[in-house]
Order: sequence, then structure tokens, then C-alpha cells
Amino acid sequence: MTDNRPVLTMTGISKSFPGVRALHDVNFRLLPGEVHALMGENGAGKSTLIKVLTGVYDTDAGAITLHGEPVSFAGPMQATAAGVSTVYQEVNLCTNLSVAENIFIGREPRLLGAVRWGEVRRRARTLLARLELDLDVSAPLGSYSLAIQQMVAIARAIDIQARVLILDEPTSSLDAGEVAQLFRIMRQLRDEGIAILFVTHFLDQVYEIADRITVLRNGGLVGEYTTTELPQLGLVEKMIGKELDVLEGIEEHSRRDLAAVEEGTPLVAVSNFGRAGAVEPFSLTIHAGEVVGLAGLLGSGRTEVARLLFGADRPDGGQVTVDGRPSSLRTPAQAIDHGVGFCSENRRAEGIVADLSVRENLILAMQAARGWLRPIPRRRQDELVDKYIKALTIRPSDPEVPVRNLSGGNQQKVLLARWLITEPRLLILDEPTRGIDIGAKTEIQKLVTQLSDGGMAVLFISAELEEVLRLSHKVAVMRDRQMVAQLANDDTLDADRVMQTIASGSHGEEADR
Amino acid sequence: MNDTMGRYRAMTGHRLFWPAAVLVVMLAANTIYRPGFLSIELKDGHLYGSPIDILRLSAPLILVALGMTLVISTGGIDLSVGSVCAISGAIACMYISRQPDQDSLPVVLTALAMAMGVSLVLGTWNGVLVAVIGIQPIIATLILMVAGRGLAQLITQGQIITINSDPFRAIGLGHLLTLPLAIFIALAAALLVAAFTRRTALGMIIESVGGNAEASRLAGIRSGRVIFLAYVLSATCAAVAGFMMTANVSSADGNAVGLWVELDAILAVVIGGTSLAGGRFFLSGTILGALIIQTLTTTVYAMNISPQTSLLFKAVVVIAVCLIQAPAFRARFTRRRSSAPPPSPIADKPKEQVPA
Amino acid sequence: MRKMRTHSAPWRAAAVLASVLLVGSVAACGNSDTGGGSKDDGKITLGFSQVGAESGWRTANTTSIKDAATAAGIELKFDDAQQKQENQIKAIRNYIQQKVDVIAFSPVVESGWDTVLKEAKDADIPVILTDRSVDSADKSLYKTFLGSDFIKEGRLAGEWLVEQKKTASGPVNIVELQGTTGAAPANDRKKGFAEAIAANPNLKVIASQTGDFTRAGGKQVMEQFLKANPKIDVLFAHNDDMGLGALEAITAAGKVPGKDITIITVDAVKDGMQALADGKFNFIAECSPLLGPQLMDLAKKVHAGEEVPARIETEETTFTQEQAKEALPNRKY
Repeated sequence: MTDNRPVLTMTGISKSFPGVRALHDVNFRLLPGEVHALMGENGAGKSTLIKVLTGVYDTDAGAITLHGEPVSFAGPMQATAAGVSTVYQEVNLCTNLSVAENIFIGREPRLLGAVRWGEVRRRARTLLARLELDLDVSAPLGSYSLAIQQMVAIARAIDIQARVLILDEPTSSLDAGEVAQLFRIMRQLRDEGIAILFVTHFLDQVYEIADRITVLRNGGLVGEYTTTELPQLGLVEKMIGKELDVLEGIEEHSRRDLAAVEEGTPLVAVSNFGRAGAVEPFSLTIHAGEVVGLAGLLGSGRTEVARLLFGADRPDGGQVTVDGRPSSLRTPAQAIDHGVGFCSENRRAEGIVADLSVRENLILAMQAARGWLRPIPRRRQDELVDKYIKALTIRPSDPEVPVRNLSGGNQQKVLLARWLITEPRLLILDEPTRGIDIGAKTEIQKLVTQLSDGGMAVLFISAELEEVLRLSHKVAVMRDRQMVAQLANDDTLDADRVMQTIASGSHGEEADR
Repeated sequence: MNDTMGRYRAMTGHRLFWPAAVLVVMLAANTIYRPGFLSIELKDGHLYGSPIDILRLSAPLILVALGMTLVISTGGIDLSVGSVCAISGAIACMYISRQPDQDSLPVVLTALAMAMGVSLVLGTWNGVLVAVIGIQPIIATLILMVAGRGLAQLITQGQIITINSDPFRAIGLGHLLTLPLAIFIALAAALLVAAFTRRTALGMIIESVGGNAEASRLAGIRSGRVIFLAYVLSATCAAVAGFMMTANVSSADGNAVGLWVELDAILAVVIGGTSLAGGRFFLSGTILGALIIQTLTTTVYAMNISPQTSLLFKAVVVIAVCLIQAPAFRARFTRRRSSAPPPSPIADKPKEQVPA
Repeated sequence: MRKMRTHSAPWRAAAVLASVLLVGSVAACGNSDTGGGSKDDGKITLGFSQVGAESGWRTANTTSIKDAATAAGIELKFDDAQQKQENQIKAIRNYIQQKVDVIAFSPVVESGWDTVLKEAKDADIPVILTDRSVDSADKSLYKTFLGSDFIKEGRLAGEWLVEQKKTASGPVNIVELQGTTGAAPANDRKKGFAEAIAANPNLKVIASQTGDFTRAGGKQVMEQFLKANPKIDVLFAHNDDMGLGALEAITAAGKVPGKDITIITVDAVKDGMQALADGKFNFIAECSPLLGPQLMDLAKKVHAGEEVPARIETEETTFTQEQAKEALPNRKY
């Protein structure tokens, strides 16, 4: 690693959107010839920082220098021209055009207005040779794998005499071999002196390739570290924002007796259940009255597990038994027939129907299960709606108000009630407490305990470890789209151990076979 | 004072207020132009007058627009309704014209059944393309819009099929209780569709699918079936409208029957307050929208607006209706007149329901 | 976000393709266009673009042209423009591309033809206009215009009315049902009629609206005429179909067509002649659709390079109620 003056510095960067402070006084520097990982949970400000850097957004405050000169780009085109190139997560090239065309589109070498196609192909070959890629440059880009397409995008980026290369989650859709190929090229470019800003959700990859790490949290800078001085566990702490000893100090949660609920036939048991590109095959059993917590970082595959169990996505394979009988959970309607309910983490897109009233949203799942020919009598509707508005203290209490007029917390309660009305046997709650105020949060946590005491099984997903630990009988840990462990929530389990498992994937004992 | 203001606001806030106001203004303008416009007299035992004409002539449009309302509510659109009108009318007239006794009721009923059967097949075709295969509704129904015209002409062999059948004529021209039968047919269809959607859970489920397809799927709704049903219903309504249009002139013209009715129907739905993006639908609004459109056409004739300027006249009125319907436009307008801020909703700003 | 449906793209593409093929085949059935370029077998290829099939007159016209082509041994490429100028321009461009020997068409509207006619001229393909004319200033863009003289038709209708009403003491109120706005027959019949009735200042057109040459249109407009104008003495409809539609409106208003209201129309299709013979119409100025044989003769002549007059009228007459009764049994269309 060559250590000299930073090629790029950002100092005191602040950026606000209406109602949101996306970045606050963030400093960032990038040295030539390094791979620098920009880390943080979703919403920490990573993409805003990149967009400020490449001129997609204006800054509210702060300064950027490139090679010591103050710069302010009007847009990505200008940034690219100045040597700051970006390759995005979704490859935004044209798969129906040839490799060469993709590399030079928009800046083809021309002679008297006519594109010199021979020159285009020749230069494309030279460029790819530099990345040690041997491709047919006249073949359509779509005929190559995603990884190769990613590398063509990089080739396009570095051809413009790039000194700074920004890779925004380039590995999210690549398999292990493809990642290795990408890393080889990243190392080569680094050795050529190019500064690489690398964004990823995969911790292992950070430690494999990055020289230094900058961590953001809630729009603020946590710190800049060399990879060697910050172990994985420390990184997770920095990202989540809780020191381990602080976490341990949280109120003693009531331990829940796993053995008692795990007697008898499991309500739902899946084995070898998985979906390519979403989550590696896993096995999981859930008993009646059991709360299973699902812990892991964002993007670790938590939601994907939930969606598979509910039939929202189709599994590639695996076996499912419900009450010990082989069953199938391939569509939501099928899952609902088996008594499964699912509150999505994405309330707006996958939960509420904003146009409909509170009442209609509440009875939607029950009505869907009955079919449209058998409407729920209005009296029964009013009874149910009244009961759950009271039970969950939904405000405003007028059931005919469009649900879009409710606050986030109340919308969440409406969704919960939608499923409670169906009296499910397994309720999957994906981040039910995110983005809602502390009062509503406590109510929902209490409700989960009550429900499981009443015999309902709950799969509880949350980014907040203490919440998971407080409610669950056992905790399944997700990491890099794998279920790496299932830990019984007994005296030996604490946030420390869960976090270690999240960080390394190996600490902590397997509790559930 | 405060009370009257509140009542005023409650009234103008009703979603049917502005379309109704536009209709009243148009009728008033006609009455000013010709004081006898609204007068109705009894002639040959039938009520006779411009308002009756408007009701009778808007009947086919109301039918088509009812079906269109459901389709639009699912987030789709059905461009093929005009062609379905032409096909159903053509089949019915063609069959009747070939029978020795055109006045026989069984003949007419057979003709209607045949035409309805084919229309159901056409609706199924649309439904399968959209709900099963997943083609975008505008493309899927465009296929039948274009092909259907050809089909209608194929059935009539490019001729205008004139028939002389009193039972068939009655659909367009018959009378019941001194009023045109067509009015009752449209009314019955409206009540039937209303009962079918509101007495069952179909209406809510359609609105749910149109409002948020993914959320509906995750709530366990099998949206494909509902969407499919909407297209079949739309074709059924169009088929009955086709009977009316052909019965009105006792002839089937593959080229002219239902020409551009899909555009009028979409306009009626939008004027009625149903969003083109799908979601909530308003059958009463749609009927009001259809009446507005027919009144507009009648106004052009009644005021003898020259044919060269009538299209422009219609366009101006339609733009005015759409603008008046748009809350954003009204808000701007009222803000300019008085400095009082418009009342704000409880939390989020409601989605505007009229694209303008 | 996840897609709701998970059908694979090829399956969907196949469905669209199948649908498009279906459209294609239906369209092909509608037009008897057999495709292919002109073969050099000495047979003349005539490309013809018809307005549409909006009336009985038009279908009789189409039949006459198709029959005459077969009889004359001319290969006919026929296209139905469905009342749209853009379809017609497309069809003519196709004929130019296919290098047909002669192009003939009945223009949907009068204006906007210069460009495509110029293209035909540059390709050295003679153009014959039938039935309706165009307003191009450059008369060399087409060889000849074969068709009725619409102004004359309007004038004949007007002259008959002037003759009928010459003894009328008070004002005579006339309502007019125009054809499709902008179409030559509508413009010309209106013009000829207005010129003729100018002879008697008592004759006055009190309302004039378009009924789009259709029965439904004629009926709807007449309904409003009847309500807006308490005293209507005469109806002049630009074609039989609108007149037939208006009949129903007049009857519904409690008036007797042919007696309370004198009805004059143009065309003389069978349904119209029947109404005339039944005493419901009073006078029809004929506009003969049977110009097929004349068109085939002309096509042969212009293909052979012979000079033809720039304007050729179809042979036409007028019908009163008595004449209609005589002519009706032999009426072909």
C-alpha cells in the first residue's frame, strides 16, 4: 500500500432532505492505491455520500478536494471526466449491445462524425487485456455472466483515466468464483495506483480485500480504521452502534423455556429450504407457542427466510411439514390456508393498501381466505374491527378513515390486526417495531409474548438484538444469506454471543441440532 | 355562519359535487340558449324531450363505462370495448337478418345469446392475456381493439346489416312506463354491477388489487382471478351496449358501431373520480361522467355549434371538468382568491384521484 | 421489489407474437390484398384504397370495383382505410413500393395529399381519383378524377326544392345533415344546395350539423334539431343513411316523414329508394357507386399512356317517389 497524500478528501459534508438529515459533518479521505471499504447499515448515509461525491446531489455544507484542488461536480458525467468513475450495483449497461459498444457508448472515437468501429473494437480489446479478460468484444454483453458484465462496467469506468473508482455493492449478485475474479481485478487496479471506494454488505469480503474502513451510522461518521486494527466484532459494533458492555447492561430479559415448547410435533418444519440468489438452504422447526427470533445484519437474508416460509417467493427445493404432514408453502394463499400470516417489513409497498379504509385493511386477509363470493357480514366486520382497534389502541379509531392517513406505528398495528383476525397458528413479523415510537413498540412486544403464551407460534425478525433476546425462545442467526446458527435463548445466551455469531459465523454453540 | 361554511365545505368536498356541478352548468347553459331545453312532454304515450334523449343516448356509454370502471380499478384498461360492441351487434343482427321471422322472440333471444356467448369468449381472451400470461393491459386489449374491428366487418361482410325486428328494436327504442327501455337496461346493469361488487367482497378485492397488487398478494388474494373477472365483466357490458347501439338504428355497421366508445368510457370513468392508476372505484361517478359526455354531445347539436369547432368545444369542456376535479388545481384557485389555507388532511396528503 | 408474476419472458413474448399473428390474419381477411409485387405477365396491377365501409353506398362501390376488376382481367390490390387518412397514405406508399401499374383511391378527406401524390408521380405510377376529389393545386399529380359531381348533386336537390316551393308564401325552414366534416361530398353537396336555394329567399337553412354519414349520427342530430326548432319544413341529408336515421327521430317526434317534413337525400341506395317508394323520402339525387367498369377502362388507358380527360363524371340521375317505385325492383344495391 503506497502511503502518500490523499487523492480525494471530503470534509464536513452535510446533506439534508425534507425531514431527514442524511449526512452530518462527515469526513472521508481516499488514498491512492488503496481499497477503502465504506461500511454502515442501510440508511447510514453510504449512498448519499457517494451521490454527493459524484455530483448527483449538492452538499448543504462541506468541501471536496481532488488531487488537492477543490472540486464540485455538477453531475456524474463531470465527475467521470475528472477521473472519478462509479460502477453501480445494478449493472446499467445495455445487454443487447456488444461488449465494445458498451465500453465506448457515448464517447465513440469518431472521424468526421462517423464512428470508427474498428478503432472501437481494437481499443476495447486492449482495455480488456489490461484486466486480463479475454472476451469477444463484438458479442452482445448479455451473452456473458453478470460478473463479466460487472467487469466490463469497470473497464468502461477505468478507460476514462480514472484515478478514483467507486464500486457500489458490486458483489451483491455474484457467486464466490465471480467475486474472486472481481477481487483479482480490484487488486490489480489498486497496484496500478487507483484508489478504490468499495461498498458491500459482506463482512468477509471487507477483510479479504479492504485496506482501510470508514464506518457511517445514522448519517454521521463513526470513524476511519485500518482493517488490521478493527476486528470483525468491533466493526459490527461500530455499525450497529452499541458497545458490547452497554448491550449487556440492558434489563435482564425473562428467559423463556425452550424445552417446554419444543415438545411434540413441530407446527412447521422445513429442511433444505432455500432459493438461489436469496438465501442458502436452511432447516428450521417452529413449535406451537414458540417465538423464534431471527437475528442478523440487514441484507443477511432475514427477510428472504420469512418470504420463503410464507410462500411470497418460491423455494428452489426442500421439504416442508405442517403438523408433521408433508405440505407445500409455494404461494401466500397456500401458506394462509395452513394458518401462516406475514407482516412485511415494507409496510408501504407490501403491507397496507393505502386507498382502502382501516376497516377494509383489517379484514383483507380474512376476506381473501373466504373468497369474494362469501363476504364477511358487515356486523361481523364491525365487531372484529372494533375489537382490534380497541385491543391495539389504533388511532384514529374511526375505521372508515383511509389507512394512508394513519401514522407508521398505527399502520403497523393495522397490519398486525389484519393477521390476528385470521387467528394464524404461525405469525411471521418482519421488523414489526422499526420506525415506530417507543410506546407502540412496547405494546407490540407485549402482544407477541401474549400471543405465544396463548399457543401461537411467532417468527420474530428484528435488527435490535435486545428485542429479539427478550421475546424469543430460540434465536436463528443469519449471516451472508446463510443461517449460520440456531441458539437456545438460555442463561448462556447474551447479545455478545449473538453478535459474535453475526460477526464470525462460528462462535456460540449450535442449540438446535 | 360557521355552520353554513362547514356545510358548504362538506358539500363541495363530496367527490360527486364537481362533476354534478358541471352537469348542472351545462344544462343551465342549454336552457338559457333555448328555454324549452329541459321541458318534457308526453307524445304517443312516451315522454319526449332533450333530457330523455340524453338519458337514452347515454345508456350504451354508461354500460361500457361500468365495465371499464372495474377494469381501471384493477389498474388495467380495456381498449377493446368498442370492437366488442361492434362484434356483438354484428352477430345479433346477422343472425336475425337470416331468419324468416325476424319478429319472433325466440329468434331474437337466440341472437342475443349467441352474441353474448362470443363476447364472453372475447372477454376471456382479454382476461387470459392480462391475468394469466401477464401482458400489459393496454397492449393486450389493443390486440382485440384492432382485430375486433376486422372481425366485425368479417361478420357483416363489409355491409350494413339492416334488420326489421320489433323485439330487437325494443332494446334501443322500446318504452316502459313512458320512458325509453334503454334507460332501464342501463339502470338495471348499474344496480347489478353495484350489487355484484358491493354485496360481495369483489369490489373491495378489486380495489385492493388495483391499489396495491403486491400487498394484496401477500394478504392471500388470488389477484389473477379477480383481474380476469373484471375483463369478462367489461366485455359483457360492452356486448349489451352493442345490442343497444345497433337496435337504436336497426342496423349493424361493423365500422361505426362503438367507434371511439372506449375513449368516452375511459373519460367517463376518470370524470367520475376513479383513478387511472387503479384502486377505489365509483360507479355513481362513472354514470355521472357518462351523462356529462352525452350532454356535451347533445349541447353541440342543440346549440348548433358548427361541426368544425365542435371538437375544440368538447376538448375545452373536458379539460375544464378535469381541472375542476383536481384538488391541486382547486387549491391553487381558492388560495389565489382568499388567503385562508386549504384544510389539511389528518396526516399524509391524500393521493389525488383525477389525473389532469 | 419483487415482481408479482413470475412468467418467463420467452413465454410472454410467444403469447404476444401469437396475438399479433392473429391480428395479422384477421386484417388479411378484411382486405383481399394478396401481397407480392407486380408480375411482368402483361396483366395490369391496380392498387385501390377504399375509404371504408361506412355505408351501403360504399359497399356497393367496393363490390362494383372488385367485380369489374375480375371481369376486365386486372389484378386488384384492395385496401380498406377505415376512414383514416393515415391508413390511406400508408396503403398508397405500399402500392408505390410494390410498383403497381396504376393507383386509384377515394380520398377520405380533401386536403393533405400533395406529398404522397408527388411520391407516386416520381415513381411514375399514374393515379386515378375516384368518387371524391382532392384540393391539390397541382392538377398534374393525378391523371383524372372519376366520380360524381357532388356540387351538381347538391344543386339538383336544391333545384327540385326550389321548384316544389315556388308557390310557398312564407319562409321555408330547412335543416341539413352534413357528411363527415371536411369530406368532399359534404363540402360540395352543401355548396351546390346552397347555390340552388339562393334562387328563392324564402328558403332558409336554419340548422346544419354533421351526422358523419351514419344512421346513428343522423338520428341523434335530427332528434336535437326537432327539439330546438319547432317548425322544420325540409330536411336535406347528404346521404341516404343519415336520412334513414333521421326518419326514426321524426317518427318519434310524432311527425310524418315525407308529409310534415319534406326529405331530400343523396345517393339512392336500396334502403333509401325503398323509403322513397314508401313515401317517406321525397326526392333523391343519385350518386352512383357503380363506377367499377369505368375505372377499369381508365386504368387500361392510363397504363397504355393514352390521354384521358381530367374530369370524368359517373352517369347519374335523380328520383322522385314515382320513379323510385319503378326503379326499385331492378336496384342492385
